[in-house]
Amino acid sequence: MSFLQIQDLVKSYDDTPVLRSVSLDVDQHEVVCLIGASGSGKSTLLRCINSLEEIDGGEVWLDDQLVSGEGTDVDQLRRDVGIVFQSFNLFPHMTVQQNITLAPRKIRGLADRVANDRAAELLQRVGLADKASTYPDQLSGGQQQRVAIVRALAMDPRVLLLDEITSALDPELVAEVLDIVRGLAHDGLTMLLATHEMSFAREVASTVCFLHAGTILEQGPPEQMFGDPQEERTKAFLHSVTAAGRL
Amino acid sequence: MTTLQKPLNRPGQPTQPLGAATRLTGAATLVAVAVLAVVVWTAVQLYLVAPDSGGWRWVLIAIAILGVIGALAPFSPARNAFQSRSAAVRAVADGDGPAIRKYRSRMRNSAWVCLGGCLTVLVLCAFVLFLLANNHAVQRTFFQPAMISRSWFEVTKAFGRNIFIAVVAEIIVLVWGLVLALARLAPGRAGRSIASLATAYIDAFRAVPAIIVIYLVGFGLPLAHFPVLSSLSPTGAAILALSLTYGAYVAEVYRAGIESVHWSQPAAARSLGLSHGLSMRYVVVPQAVRRVIPPLLNDFIGLQKDTALVTVIGTVDGFTQAKIYSSNYFNLSSVTVVAALFVIVTIPQTRFVDRLLARDQRRMSR
Repeated sequence: MSFLQIQDLVKSYDDTPVLRSVSLDVDQHEVVCLIGASGSGKSTLLRCINSLEEIDGGEVWLDDQLVSGEGTDVDQLRRDVGIVFQSFNLFPHMTVQQNITLAPRKIRGLADRVANDRAAELLQRVGLADKASTYPDQLSGGQQQRVAIVRALAMDPRVLLLDEITSALDPELVAEVLDIVRGLAHDGLTMLLATHEMSFAREVASTVCFLHAGTILEQGPPEQMFGDPQEERTKAFLHSVTAAGRL
Repeated sequence: MTTLQKPLNRPGQPTQPLGAATRLTGAATLVAVAVLAVVVWTAVQLYLVAPDSGGWRWVLIAIAILGVIGALAPFSPARNAFQSRSAAVRAVADGDGPAIRKYRSRMRNSAWVCLGGCLTVLVLCAFVLFLLANNHAVQRTFFQPAMISRSWFEVTKAFGRNIFIAVVAEIIVLVWGLVLALARLAPGRAGRSIASLATAYIDAFRAVPAIIVIYLVGFGLPLAHFPVLSSLSPTGAAILALSLTYGAYVAEVYRAGIESVHWSQPAAARSLGLSHGLSMRYVVVPQAVRRVIPPLLNDFIGLQKDTALVTVIGTVDGFTQAKIYSSNYFNLSSVTVVAALFVIVTIPQTRFVDRLLARDQRRMSR
């Protein structure tokens, strides 16, 4: 059985179906890229995996544990499955260090010094060692997003979900964030990322899934998905992305 | 090839004649002269009543002199308007369209500045005339120097009671309001009944006038012989009553603040594994409190003013003390003193909060 298994996931907002029976298997150390047009359900799928959205049907399994449905300890689940958002969502009233150490201190009960040391180590890794005591609004978008990634990593998640993390960034800041993700992939962190950065997906993904109208229409290794897509919809999508100069 | 270029003969817009602006300038000057006449007449009145005002006589004469000098102020923009007019006339002679527009616009602006100044002086003058009316009976009723000197010490001493009640009630209200707001926003099915209870409380205490709550608590609790509460002093009863009422107001302020924090903030906190309570405690409430400080101050100023209502249950506060003087001497100047005290304590708070917020803002965003 796969490490993260999604079976027949169904989700609608009021009467609008967003996900119609999505199934996906993710092995440990795998990087799965979700591509597809806006509104195809990429973000909703990620948010359903860590129960930020309540699902209407189907199941999510993590390491042979059922982690969806009534009675799930969502706080426990979210410690295992971290998420980074498109709009960073850092806490503006806290310094970078406080942002990163809040959850480790309050949930793990880490001593301040231990949590701070760990934060410093992670910040060092993303090249922001000198920013520990600044506030988010004093940072650039790329720096904020790197801090948001560190904040998620500080809880040592077993799976990291990345929800279009470069979409809100100026083009020249995208690379610095993607570099971090590339490093995480190299280190073997299991990740699911919704992205519009096709060349990046091609480079880091072990599997690429094309979502259309709430289903995974086609999936496969990146060479096949980008080089020889089978479905008409996939071809059309990739064609329009290429036309926009994003591939 | 057709020429697309417009011949650049400097005027880009049509230039209107100077007539309207000139008439406005003339009118403004005439108004300034008329206002000056009224002010001089008022100053003479002031000078005439000065002799029977005892030690305050020189103050009155100083006010009269300052008033006349103030009434001269609108003549400065009037002069500017006329200077701009001369420049505009020269520009007309030169055929310089942009210069005509510039000086005509300056002329109009100066004329309006003059008129605005005239209106201000006139309103102030009307107030002085009101005080002087009926052989300065109004001034003697509200601002009698002798009564002010006789009562201010005792009134100010008793005003300490208002400050005490306000400060203690404000501390209680800060906590009680937050408790009510969090109860009103209690999550899930379990929270629903608590939320309705909090809503009912808030609705009730926002509806009932504070004076009635004070009356009921101050007289009712002792009558009911309720343990502990019935032995509250009148001051204690006042603090309790004002805390009950203003807790409801402040709860709504907190709630608005909490709801104004974008949903992505609690979502981010929850996504890290923080519970509802922890995400409220560390993420939502700290941001909400920063945003509600100005409206909170508004409610606190309201609370401070309502401390004067405790007079209905016989607490001797500044207002009660002032009323004792006013009924003994048949003069309201002591009440003016207590009114002035309320103004004096309120203004620094407003400035303090403004600076506090500015500092907080600077810290986080630079």
